[in-house]
Amino acid sequence: MRAILDWIDARYPLTKVWNEHLAEYYTPKNMNFWYYFGSLSFLVLAIQIVSGIFLTMFYKPDAELAFASVEYIMRDVQWGWLIRYMHAVGASAFFIVVYLHMYRGLLYGSYKRPRELIWITGVLIYLVLMTESFAGYMLPWGQMSYWGAQVIVNLFSTFPVIGPDLVTWIRGDFLVSDATLTRFYALHVVALPLVLVGLSFVHVVALHAVGSNNPDGVETKYFTDENGRPLDSIPFHPYYTVKDMVGFGVFAIIFFGIVFFAPEAGGYFLEKNNFEIADPLTTPELIHPVWYFGAFYSMLRVIPDPLLGVLVMFAAPMVLLFLPWIDRNPILSVRYRSPIHKFNLVTFGVVFLVLTYLGLQHITTLNQEIALRLTLVYYLFFFVLWFHSKPRSDAFSWGWFLAIVAAYSYYDFTRIAADGDRVTIMTWWLVPTLYLGICLLLPLFSQLNEEKPVPARVTS
Amino acid sequence: MKKILTLSLVMFLGAPGLAQSAGGGVHLEEANIDLTDQASLQRGAEYFFDYCIGCHSLQYDRYATIAKGLGLSEEQVTEQFIHTRTEKGEPSAVGSLIEIAMRPEDAEQWFAQPAPDLTLTSRQRGADWIYSMLQGFYLDEGTTFGVNNRVFPDMGMPHVLWELQGWQENVGEEGHVELELKEEGRMSPEEFDDVVRDITAFMVYMGEPIQLERERIGVWVLGFLVIFTFLAYLLKKEYWRDVH
Repeated sequence: MRAILDWIDARYPLTKVWNEHLAEYYTPKNMNFWYYFGSLSFLVLAIQIVSGIFLTMFYKPDAELAFASVEYIMRDVQWGWLIRYMHAVGASAFFIVVYLHMYRGLLYGSYKRPRELIWITGVLIYLVLMTESFAGYMLPWGQMSYWGAQVIVNLFSTFPVIGPDLVTWIRGDFLVSDATLTRFYALHVVALPLVLVGLSFVHVVALHAVGSNNPDGVETKYFTDENGRPLDSIPFHPYYTVKDMVGFGVFAIIFFGIVFFAPEAGGYFLEKNNFEIADPLTTPELIHPVWYFGAFYSMLRVIPDPLLGVLVMFAAPMVLLFLPWIDRNPILSVRYRSPIHKFNLVTFGVVFLVLTYLGLQHITTLNQEIALRLTLVYYLFFFVLWFHSKPRSDAFSWGWFLAIVAAYSYYDFTRIAADGDRVTIMTWWLVPTLYLGICLLLPLFSQLNEEKPVPARVTS
Repeated sequence: MKKILTLSLVMFLGAPGLAQSAGGGVHLEEANIDLTDQASLQRGAEYFFDYCIGCHSLQYDRYATIAKGLGLSEEQVTEQFIHTRTEKGEPSAVGSLIEIAMRPEDAEQWFAQPAPDLTLTSRQRGADWIYSMLQGFYLDEGTTFGVNNRVFPDMGMPHVLWELQGWQENVGEEGHVELELKEEGRMSPEEFDDVVRDITAFMVYMGEPIQLERERIGVWVLGFLVIFTFLAYLLKKEYWRDVH
């Protein structure tokens, strides 16, 4: 055994890599619940790749055959139903763990110096993941596959000058058709997974270069005992490998609970209308993307100008790329930031959830009004993060508050003048106004924006 | 703080469940089917192959699936359910897909378009919808087939089960459909309920033939995972004893 290892080590840095990245890779000892979702993302990635490989053995990327081939997998292929359900539930699970993983980053300031590149590669992974799942959703060739793709691809037609040609180029045809299906298949099974795996690798390399953040947001590598052994961190292996094993187990219980007992997840993971074969001549009553795009779809729908709507929608995840330079507050962890900052983070989470929900509903005046206000709050969240980078003066706070409120109030006046529902508009005007009032003005009148002293070492 | 975070997490995970898929706003009656009742599935299959298979295929699955799930032999299935013939004039094999005997061009001429395949109707619309739809036919002079449907207005399908149910009439106020039996059929309303329930059960089975087995296997898988997770937790505790 020893001899084999020596033989390999002379030719390949096996022991070196093992030690550097596992056995002697030091990790903060105080990582909590929120830190499970990174390794879980890798678990889901593995599930998707392995189940995906088996699906490609039986799936037929052909508009005439695709739908039937999925049912063939569900009915005639040994364990095909299990593989297909795992892949479908895995897609939703991927977004759930990734969203929680990203929220962890927001909570503990993991995007801040020196971890900017980890954050940026992470956001890139998220963007690629969205493209990947969008391409994959078309493959079963059901009604929602078809019409969802139709709507989303058509978004690009709003681009000035090149729009219509761009859309034809993406589709490879003048409407969503077999040509579109085959290229989306190529993207889904080869191109994008390669990018995804590559970016995930870079993400981890970047992580291991600077080390993990932790719930206290303080450095752990400076504190060692007289023998040079770190006091606040522990080797990843075996400590976090066994801990992540528990996380894997709990995740697997939930995941397979859904796979075996509720694979449609109430029509959210597998949508009911997608059990009907794609029909270019029949438009479904309600077209919406899968739940994980709901928030962005909401944003698209509330902006009256199509091009502006598309830009607002695409910009929403892109803003995250700039987060390290938006939030300049030196404190990393939410534990030592102000109550108002906590309020801001929780509001952001709730706003994202409500937007997600609204994106899947029928358009009504009320839904649209709420979605419009929450879209504004989504973007204001980033402004407020910047605003709280350091203490602000009275004049500065009032100036920004009045300027922003004036800007959207002016827009509301134009809407009321154009026969908008006055009561609805005025009622929901309160939402961003209260939000801004709390975040920008409350610090002037209370102690609620006071930060706590950051300890030198981790607390638990 | 911890509470707020936990709460927001719970909301995050629970949010998808809050929404409801659009049901079209029509009141649906509960089907109350029992998939473990093989006799019900067998009767449902018989009705389906007596009344539905003339126009509606189950083309994503095979006759053999019926044999398996309903506890019938292949001979029984061939004798009772296979109406299509091979080129030699013999009944189609039990391994073949459940197609209809009607030619598509005939269907187009008779019904304007071929009747939809019903393999996945239960997954698309649900058991309650099928159950209510089959109960929902009523006389309507203004339509091609003389009947309309409470659940699926203007669906362009004749009332195939009329001889069993009889004819219903719309006695509801303007724009509101309320049905009353005008002319009795061969069966009492209670007997007809059972027929429709059996057909619904059969269609739900065909929508996902693996569903009962899936849940049976799932119990074992979850059982294993719970034990695995518990052992992993003990292992973790043991390893982490020296971390302070």
